[in-house]
Amino acid sequence: MAQIKMHLLVCGGTGCRASESKRLVDELNAQLKANNLDEEVKVIITGCFGFCEKGPIVKVIPDNTFYTKVKPEDAEEIVEEHVLKGRKVTRLLYENPETKEHVSDSKHMGFYQKQVRIALRNCGFIDPENIEEYIVRDGYAALGKVLSMTPAEAIDIVKKSGLRGRGGAGFPTGLKWEIASKNKADQKYVVCNADEGDPGAFMDRSILEGDPNSIVEAMAICGYCIGATKGLIYIRAEYPLAIKRLQVAIGQAREFGLLGPKILGSDFDFDIELRYGAGAFVCGEETALIHSMEGKRGEPTIKPPFPAEAGYLGKPSNVNNVETFANIPAIFLKGWEWFSSIGTEKSKGTKVFALAGKINNVGLIEVPMGTTLREVIFEIGGGIKGGKKFKAVQTGGPSGGCLTEQHLDTPIDYDNLVAAGSMMGSGGMIVMDEDDCMVSVAKFYLDFIVEESCGKCAPCRIGNKRMHETLEKICQGKGTMEDLDYLDNLSKVIKDTALCGLGQTSPNPVLSTMQYFRDEYLAHVVDKKCPAGRCKALRSYVINADKCMGCTLCAKNCPTSAITGDKKVPHVIDQSKCIKCGTCYEKCKFGAIEIR
Amino acid sequence: MNKIKSLDDLRKMKQNLSSDISIREKSNNPEKMVQIRVAMATCGIAAGAREVMNTFLEKIEKDSLPIVVTQGGCMGYCYAEPTVEVKVPGKDPVVFGHVDSKVALEIVDKYIVKGELIDGILPVNYQTIQEKA
Repeated sequence: MAQIKMHLLVCGGTGCRASESKRLVDELNAQLKANNLDEEVKVIITGCFGFCEKGPIVKVIPDNTFYTKVKPEDAEEIVEEHVLKGRKVTRLLYENPETKEHVSDSKHMGFYQKQVRIALRNCGFIDPENIEEYIVRDGYAALGKVLSMTPAEAIDIVKKSGLRGRGGAGFPTGLKWEIASKNKADQKYVVCNADEGDPGAFMDRSILEGDPNSIVEAMAICGYCIGATKGLIYIRAEYPLAIKRLQVAIGQAREFGLLGPKILGSDFDFDIELRYGAGAFVCGEETALIHSMEGKRGEPTIKPPFPAEAGYLGKPSNVNNVETFANIPAIFLKGWEWFSSIGTEKSKGTKVFALAGKINNVGLIEVPMGTTLREVIFEIGGGIKGGKKFKAVQTGGPSGGCLTEQHLDTPIDYDNLVAAGSMMGSGGMIVMDEDDCMVSVAKFYLDFIVEESCGKCAPCRIGNKRMHETLEKICQGKGTMEDLDYLDNLSKVIKDTALCGLGQTSPNPVLSTMQYFRDEYLAHVVDKKCPAGRCKALRSYVINADKCMGCTLCAKNCPTSAITGDKKVPHVIDQSKCIKCGTCYEKCKFGAIEIR
Repeated sequence: MNKIKSLDDLRKMKQNLSSDISIREKSNNPEKMVQIRVAMATCGIAAGAREVMNTFLEKIEKDSLPIVVTQGGCMGYCYAEPTVEVKVPGKDPVVFGHVDSKVALEIVDKYIVKGELIDGILPVNYQTIQEKA
């Protein structure tokens, strides 16, 4: 058999799959066969490369050529030019948005240069449906190492590493494990929280899709440490690809004896089952998650008792987020000293962020703690779309807050984000530009909270509804100064009295936007204007007489006959009849209609 | 499938399987590796560049050498094909002309492993691996 000289890595994450990466793989294979190259070149479906903005991605190994937005029709050119003749297909290379130059390979892309990949170490590198590739990447070696220690020694390593929970609040992982290990019971559980619910966050899904075995291994390590023999992964049913790959990984691990009885010749038994959630935000809260797994309503209960004392079925349970688990094998392989050397004083290691919103490089990145927002947004994220001005970045999802220009140079870690009025959360980062209205943004998050509140406690169920109504009123131009005080007061009450993390953090988007964008709230309330022109009720359409040619197109299309004027004479909009539908604005060929 | 019964089993399995993925591991740090670039344009292929490339790949696999082999386009030395560019870390890149399987093995054994110069070096007049990096 001929030697394999090249690997073509094709992204098989949900995002790239949606853009036909599966058909691309078939087409590449067909082209390789047609050119008798199928024994020399291997096509491998990997997990997410993170560069979702430009998917589907094809990476050519060993020269690291990084092709973007590859269509199935491009397979022929890639095979005939690059694979056969060694000429890169320039038009598919990534183009540096500033210099307009094509970048030859991933090593020279700003997007990757600043990243340090620990949790995502195998994403976009191995075939997630082949456990052998994971084993070659030192997979399950960490488990082997841990099985030769005592549980207390292993927990000590996790503690010393300084790893904190990546799901939101940042509780020290080692401490959590220690508490669970000290509680005596006939049965304990390891639970993986894969109920990723923040709008715009998809790191957990990508890890599960790109490197499911790392989670399986980490859960087994955790099981050994706390004395549990059963693992449960709570995953939302709307992640079908992640579910499938987890099932494959668990199946293969059982086949290889890496799950099941007497793992790696030790006396340790461990197995994992999946539990499906219906995709409710509140079920990311650990007590609600456990209730949902038990078949009860997904409602939180007061802590204590913590799950470490009485969790699933009343037994001690340790709940960790996917990304937290993904760090575990690396810590044991490379040592806690290595891990704790990365990051800031109180936040060790790296964090995965999902970049979304008005940013050039939408995608998934992993950077050391302590990286600044400026580096993330402008260097890795490639800056704001369309050259617009940066306004704010929302971190931490609906529980987080908005950070502004003044925070751009703040090193990102758990404590700095909280001090700035936001939080780490699961790592969603939604970037906003000058066209975004911050009152509407706050309203959007409350929309989400009102929808997702489980309704068990009054502050969250009723309080957030009232907040939402008040914001709606402000957006309608009917707000008063008293409303602003009311929002402020209500926010504090909800924060102090809500039952669970969801309610206690739900006013954050309102509080942080009121703090940093008070002038925008005042513009809505006092001047009855939306500076960004987003709030429909506060918008008025006006015809610029200098630009209007009197073509009558706007008048013909106006549904309420609010526009009048003779042919070839500038038209006028009757504001009392205008319903602000924007039809005239879209129809005008001369740009004569302005939003004020 | 045999079950993996110990950490040693796991290590052995890793060893046996590692060649499948080594090409990807190597590509992670190309600048730290010896890089061989075989010119694989039409002229190169006609002159036997494919066999040369296979010889390199087999040799590297056999001796488990930390060398990454890529293919490039026409370098303009059509008279001297197959041509091969070799970049040893810390040294300037060198281009060898008229490479066949025998010369390919010589390049690996003598130039790369022992650091001796051999016949067949061409003057460089194009953008090399180093300048690009």
